[in-house]
Amino acid sequence: MTASSPSTVASDVCMSLQDVTISYGSFEAVKNVYMDLPKGKVTAFIGPSGCGKSTVLRALNRMNDLIPGCTLKGRVIFDQHDLYDKRVDPVEVRRRIGMVFQKPNPFPKSIYENIAFGARINGYKGDMDELVERSLRKAAVWDECKDKLKESGFSLSGGQQQRLCIARAIATEPEVILMDEPCSALDPISTLKIEETMHELKRSYTIMIVTHNMQQAVRVADMTAFFNAEAVEGGTGKVGYLVEFNETENIFNSPSQQSTLDYVSGRFG
Amino acid sequence: MRSAPPIDAFTLRRRPPQEKLVDIGFRQLTLVLAASVGIVLLAIFLTVFSGAREAMATFGLKFLTTSAWDPVNEEYGALIAIYGTLVTAILSLLIAVPIGLGTAIFITEDLLPRRLRDLIGLLVELLAAIPSVVLGLWAIFVMEPAIRPFLSLLHTTLGWTPFFATEPQGPGTAPAILILVVMVLPIITAISRDALNQVPIELRQGAYGVGTTRWGAIFNVILPAAVSSIMGGVMLSLGRAMGETMAVTMIIGNSLNFSVSLLAPGNTISSMLANQFGEADGIQVSALMYAAVVLMILTFVVNVLAQWTVRRLSLRY
Repeated sequence: MTASSPSTVASDVCMSLQDVTISYGSFEAVKNVYMDLPKGKVTAFIGPSGCGKSTVLRALNRMNDLIPGCTLKGRVIFDQHDLYDKRVDPVEVRRRIGMVFQKPNPFPKSIYENIAFGARINGYKGDMDELVERSLRKAAVWDECKDKLKESGFSLSGGQQQRLCIARAIATEPEVILMDEPCSALDPISTLKIEETMHELKRSYTIMIVTHNMQQAVRVADMTAFFNAEAVEGGTGKVGYLVEFNETENIFNSPSQQSTLDYVSGRFG
Repeated sequence: MRSAPPIDAFTLRRRPPQEKLVDIGFRQLTLVLAASVGIVLLAIFLTVFSGAREAMATFGLKFLTTSAWDPVNEEYGALIAIYGTLVTAILSLLIAVPIGLGTAIFITEDLLPRRLRDLIGLLVELLAAIPSVVLGLWAIFVMEPAIRPFLSLLHTTLGWTPFFATEPQGPGTAPAILILVVMVLPIITAISRDALNQVPIELRQGAYGVGTTRWGAIFNVILPAAVSSIMGGVMLSLGRAMGETMAVTMIIGNSLNFSVSLLAPGNTISSMLANQFGEADGIQVSALMYAAVVLMILTFVVNVLAQWTVRRLSLRY
């Protein structure tokens, strides 16, 4: 990947990471990441635990701001802007770049309100009933929810809760959806349903997903980024870095790096 | 099907009789300990109730609605004290809840460096360590003279309402309310802070993830998730405020004349009990017992109400 000046990002690129280094306090979690994440595709971040893939994902909508002591060096370009520019409001960033978390985390509200809440604060003025139904349908959870919209979001099963959270993210009409191991707390059937949902979603959104499940990356992702971590001399822990970023097929069938091959073929960690 | 294991397959793992005895003994011990709480509670209620029976028979429910307190003619009514108890408790909570909740929100959010927030939390909790008699003394000699101009201002501007109709002159209901605020504030703050800290980080992230602002996340997601525990703390404080004796007795004025005005001296059930038990005899003792029963019923109702609201408001997360 060649270094490009910040504003001249190719039009098919959704987000561009330029020499991104993220630290917790004085500890560098992930170092010198360059990446051009393509628009309208699903990109998977894979790698062993502690390689910084979740940290990178959370940097994409400034979620790391919530962690005390977390700092980012470098640039994250989205829609011609550096997301970490002082003039950028992180609240606006998160309205355009939605997120689905590892653990289903519906709000302690009714199913209907879970969806309507985000839309309302994002200034949605249209027909709320219609939006709720549309979002739940897109997240493939409408049939389970339609008769109990007034009930608590917690009355759903874990898999349904996670799809409710996806619906909640969709309802704010973001341009990008970040998913941080969205299926790690779910059973295989719920996982499959969420993957089907992702296939639906990538028609209208750019999706980035962190996953520990390599089969999942193969099934859902167009592009895959492999992160690894290695101990540095004099450092206290392992520092993560991007090893390889390519089309999923290439990563899994003919990776250019030995460590990628080791990881995807299971000879590693 | 596997064949059943021979009976003595467990012989080696059989627990020695002493160990089982300890088990049984421990269970009985905890039972006794748990029961003793109930027995003490029941005993207190029965003694107070039986002491109050004479007054109940003489005055009936009129006791609750009349304000005469006349040992010479042996006529007693607890309206002043009941009114004072409810008014001081409720108004002090109305003031203390916003302050305590605000403090709790402030020290659970990352608005200040952690150390400073911990310091503020510690200071609030230290308030609870001040003995109430010291607070009462402080209320008489420092707080009441200091707020008198403000109370006078209330009288001159709002004197047309019955609640501020009298001239403030030292001890009264209003200073008692303020000292109660000081006393329940640490409870509300500490419980609200714990409740807010227990809201899972995932929920907080979820709120920020859909693009809420900080106050949006606090008011729409974090507070609703914590509201049941916070209500529990509020109800606990209400019980405390109704039962608080020492500081209130010292500053409320212990009046035997009924007045709606908050600026006039008043009385509460507990301060009345504290003041009069020493020199009471005959039916006056019984009347005081009757007042004590009323206070117990009031706090009991508050507790039931607390349980009920907590259950209604509690949300699983």
